[in-house]
Amino acid sequence: MNTVPPDLTSAYPEIFLLAMVCVVMLADLVAGEKRRYVAYYLAQLALLGCALLTFTSLSTETSYTFSGMFVDDPMSDILKLLVYGTVVSVLVYSREYISSRGMYTGEFFSLILFATLGMMVMISASHFLTLYLGLELLSLSLYALVALRRDTVIATEAAMKFFVLGALASGFLLYGMSMVYGATGSLHVAVVSEAIKSGVLSHEVLVVGLVFIVAGISFKLSAAPFHMWAPDVYQGAPTAVTLFISSAPKLAAFGFVMRLLVEGLGEMVADWQGMLIILAVMSMAVGNLAAIAQTNVKRMLAYSTISHMGFLILGLISADWNGYSSAMFYTMAYVLMTLGTFAIIMILSRDGFEAENINDFKGLNKRNPWYAFITMLLMLSMAGIPPMIGFYAKLSVLQAVLNAGFVWLAVVAVLLSVIGAFYYLRIIKLMYFDEPESFDPISPQTDVKVLITINGVAVLAFGLFPQTLMALSLYAIERSM
Amino acid sequence: MTFQDIVFYFFAIILILSALGVITSRNPVYSALLLVLSFVTCAGLWLLLEAEFLAITLVLVYVGAVMVLFLFVVMMLDINLDRLREGFWKWFPFGALIAIVLVAEMAMVLMGGNFGLDQMPAPSPQAADYSNTKELGRLIYTEYVYAFELAAVILLVAMVAAIALTLRKRMDKRSPDPSKQVAVKSEDRLRIVKMASERKE
Repeated sequence: MNTVPPDLTSAYPEIFLLAMVCVVMLADLVAGEKRRYVAYYLAQLALLGCALLTFTSLSTETSYTFSGMFVDDPMSDILKLLVYGTVVSVLVYSREYISSRGMYTGEFFSLILFATLGMMVMISASHFLTLYLGLELLSLSLYALVALRRDTVIATEAAMKFFVLGALASGFLLYGMSMVYGATGSLHVAVVSEAIKSGVLSHEVLVVGLVFIVAGISFKLSAAPFHMWAPDVYQGAPTAVTLFISSAPKLAAFGFVMRLLVEGLGEMVADWQGMLIILAVMSMAVGNLAAIAQTNVKRMLAYSTISHMGFLILGLISADWNGYSSAMFYTMAYVLMTLGTFAIIMILSRDGFEAENINDFKGLNKRNPWYAFITMLLMLSMAGIPPMIGFYAKLSVLQAVLNAGFVWLAVVAVLLSVIGAFYYLRIIKLMYFDEPESFDPISPQTDVKVLITINGVAVLAFGLFPQTLMALSLYAIERSM
Repeated sequence: MTFQDIVFYFFAIILILSALGVITSRNPVYSALLLVLSFVTCAGLWLLLEAEFLAITLVLVYVGAVMVLFLFVVMMLDINLDRLREGFWKWFPFGALIAIVLVAEMAMVLMGGNFGLDQMPAPSPQAADYSNTKELGRLIYTEYVYAFELAAVILLVAMVAAIALTLRKRMDKRSPDPSKQVAVKSEDRLRIVKMASERKE
């Protein structure tokens, strides 16, 4: 009964991160109240180390380890690098915010790193068990992060909703997976795919499983009609946590969908295509229409996220390389935009004041023209106006949809995003044409200033030269699928 | 009817009766004890399925730990039985409906064409010296080691989250700090002052 020990080399980033989380926790304990920055810098160091480990071992081929539970391919490497970058930016942006609100603790950083580990596991999972465990690792850390300010009623309420609905979604997902397991007799993504391809299995059981899996996924993606938690959680969570929830996990969710639906259940494309069309149309409609009525920026951005997720799903519908890579490109663009927008909200807030109302953007141009300009770039990009990155993201998704022959779907998507442009443009109007309500100086730390500028410029630069990111996502999809 | 069938029906009847007793018994202590009985008979059924390890775990964890705690709570709390039974008959039809639906669904799944015995035949029984526990241990530490480690990380997250959410340092609380107590020296507590002796005049 000799067993070969698993090849650990491709899992070095995960192992390193786990070790570093433990170091962060212990170091924070030793450093004590006065030296919280130790945890911050160690967390950044951990992410940089992971990036280095992933970057030095970029794979061009697909390789499996841990008896086929862990997959290492170009898509996983690229998504992981993007996740590190996103989490580093999240930490830089939120440092001031959390330190002025009593959240500058070791737990904040260790939970963020645990969530990052969960995302990495999801991205390179090739087994239903690891897909689920990665998702739970991510979700549990997020529930705790939302509830971290437990003295705030609204945050506690948001955490409860998030937890209960998230647990329900996990239940859906597990039920669907168990049905697929019952039909195929395996949990390995590749084996499941082979078994379905053979065509001797009961289609009935597989479809029942698929319905539950799609429902669970759309819960996690916050796609309508499973979006109810998103506005409450976005509004209730501390802005630093909202920034985190709305950015990096979407990259992981994209990887999760690719592994589960495309690699595992790709043979059932005829069945899930219809479900995804309903999800996409509903998400775009609900997200864009409900966002118009919001006066709270975080709530508005939650609905905007829902509509963006609709677009992401739209990219998957065409079920070919072009579609998948356009969905990946859309995810990258979305993460870039959402990072910048929440960062702006955070620098407008200060101790004891949350810039949550859209009126807080009034006259931003008079208070600080540069941040007003960056916000304008971000809003134009979200609305999908050229030459921002958001335009090319929408364009590539729509091209994929048209190639797949769904002309009506493209028309609906365009109409709904025109409606959606209203609430993005309203912010620009408030910034440039209204009088400011307060003249408090906006003076973030230097690292935040630099990063926010890079972020805003990137939205424009990648919009002018979208080829690099598009080529990157096409490469990742072609080499991995 | 083989011996195994007889054992199965024996356990199954006790299981159903004790489960019914859990919800119909007037005394919560009896209910808890009947739940213990149903767990033990359930473990017997699992033994029949050659899942020895799970059967033992069920007895150890549920009967040994969870139910004992449960009994403690039931005995410690002053439960008003009449209040507890209020509305039983009002909600009975609803509960019964759910139970019937559950039974019907299970029957449809197990007797239908998709998961019936012809689709998934019973696995051939293992030899008498085959160790279920050993096999489980081998799999967990070889094939499933990655998932096993991930489960451990999830438990660690649960610990961190629970402590981060519930640990509250109270400023108004006055409690001794053991590390300070240990580090104390006699000079800190007692000051010997030299002074001239006093004399009664």
